[in-house]
Amino acid sequence: MFRYVINRLLGLFVTLVVLSIIVFVLMHATPGGPFDLEGGDKGIPLPDAVRQEILKKYDLDKPLVMQYFSYVNRAIHFDFGRSFARPSETVAGLIGRTWKVSFQLGIATFAIALVLGITMGLIAALHKNTWIDYFTTTLAVGGTVFPNFVIGIMLIIVFGVYLRWLPTNGWGGFRFWIMPMIAYSMLPMSQIARYTRSSVLEILEEDYIRTAKSKGLRSRIIIMRHIMKNALIPVITVGGLLFSDVITGSFFIETIFRIPGLGRYFTSSIMERDYPMIMATALLLGALFGLVNLISDLLYAVVDPRVRLGDKEIS
Amino acid sequence: MRKSGKSYTEWKKERGFWQDAIYRFKRNKLAVTGFYISLLLILITVIGPMLIPYAYSDQDYSLIGLKPSLAHPMGTDDLGRDVLSRVVYGGRISLSIGLIVQLASLLIGLPLGALAGYYGGKVDYVITRLIDIMMAFPSLMLAIIIMVVVGPGYSNVLFSMILVTWPTIARIARGQFLKLRESEFVVAARAVGATNRKIVFRHIMPNIMGPVIVAVTLGIPTSIFREAGLSFLGIGVVPPVPSWGQMVGEYYLQVQTYWHISAFPALVLGLSILAFTFVGDGLQDALSPKNTK
Repeated sequence: MFRYVINRLLGLFVTLVVLSIIVFVLMHATPGGPFDLEGGDKGIPLPDAVRQEILKKYDLDKPLVMQYFSYVNRAIHFDFGRSFARPSETVAGLIGRTWKVSFQLGIATFAIALVLGITMGLIAALHKNTWIDYFTTTLAVGGTVFPNFVIGIMLIIVFGVYLRWLPTNGWGGFRFWIMPMIAYSMLPMSQIARYTRSSVLEILEEDYIRTAKSKGLRSRIIIMRHIMKNALIPVITVGGLLFSDVITGSFFIETIFRIPGLGRYFTSSIMERDYPMIMATALLLGALFGLVNLISDLLYAVVDPRVRLGDKEIS
Repeated sequence: MRKSGKSYTEWKKERGFWQDAIYRFKRNKLAVTGFYISLLLILITVIGPMLIPYAYSDQDYSLIGLKPSLAHPMGTDDLGRDVLSRVVYGGRISLSIGLIVQLASLLIGLPLGALAGYYGGKVDYVITRLIDIMMAFPSLMLAIIIMVVVGPGYSNVLFSMILVTWPTIARIARGQFLKLRESEFVVAARAVGATNRKIVFRHIMPNIMGPVIVAVTLGIPTSIFREAGLSFLGIGVVPPVPSWGQMVGEYYLQVQTYWHISAFPALVLGLSILAFTFVGDGLQDALSPKNTK
């Protein structure tokens, strides 16, 4: 187990290094630098001397290899340089200022999606082919079919513009959380509901459920102890997938609802070709994503003793 | 399809699986409905632009921001362009991206996955590392980063999305090959001296087509979904070329005045993803041997 974890962490590290090199090289190799439009909206090119000075300030005049190594050296010390688009702030400072909002919203959404999704899937499976099943399945289909920005816009039209119940954008008290959280959690919730439903249905056919029933156990005990415990195992394996929904979802949700989180700054840094910001966010989220995947695999092995670590990739 | 030179039992067995699958698929009402809706959508986006009297880029400043009417069933946008023709043409973009990305990913992923799974060893190691690296990031995020590098545009969207999609297919193909490589019928074929080529194409390929077809079909709505995301963020296709996601993204700030401009593409986007998902789910049920019991 220990060796497996070390191996996976090493793999993750190698992946991050490779990715950082690829992203770094590609971003610097493409035409169109961040300072091409400096000098005002009229598009007057900068005087060469000024341009050289700016490039020097950001180390953009050195060879690419040097740039990369000095970047890595600083990145290890959590110094990701200054944002090109917001020169008054360091990238680390910007991320430090914004990650909390994204983290809170993401965790809240994940929790809601987990609780509602599992409940929905369980209820749907227990009432298979009744209106309850059809209703929850339809809801879950809606969640996977409409991108979260579409759901968000629909909510804004109905509750923000016409009914005027909720603020359409911004960040503050609980009222600001409601619409983003609904739009955000629909996709992961629907996926969890789908997985839970199919895995509960599979387990209901098992012999040990029939045994439990014939022993005369109360249905609540059967559900909690026999069904849920086993049905949740496959759900854990999609943890990484759900986490990637939460990461990419934040880009859209925070943009639509103008939430001052990391996701919104990431999308705006894309438009501005803000290399330091893009690199730092990408590496950070990549590392996080890798860790969550690792944890989800470990969890899978812990709850299901039949699983041997390292075998998973065969399936 | 009876071919000469095959024994009856062989013919029946061959017919059995696929014929069975088609039969099961046909009995699944949702899947059949989804299939016809997808077909209809593709047909409309192919011939539609020829039938509508307005081009997607025709601007008419006397018709700005009209609500839906007979002449313009989905209204007009802020430049006086017919929304219906933009939705239809945008469908061409969105659907073709969904289909082409999956097809190309199949052409790249299947051979690579087959190589890795069948030969193992160093080949497998390299290809698996490549797949792992590509999948170490959330796909949409990787596609976004690639789009930043290569810039917006139709072919660039295809490029970035194929790059993040082929590992999914390759991984499935590799897993299947790995599993079947040691199976009895392959060992038997090898024992009687079948060449690698024959084993791969005659014995293993037909047996893994089920899961691969399902993955490709279910990948279509995923690709449409991702394209919509890229275009929504403004790094997808370049205006004035529309795509459904781009139309939603361009006008969502104006939903208060021009709700129809983003509402219709959003609905068609949902409908198409729904239809393709039903087809994929139907195929999965029809092709997975688990359900034959």
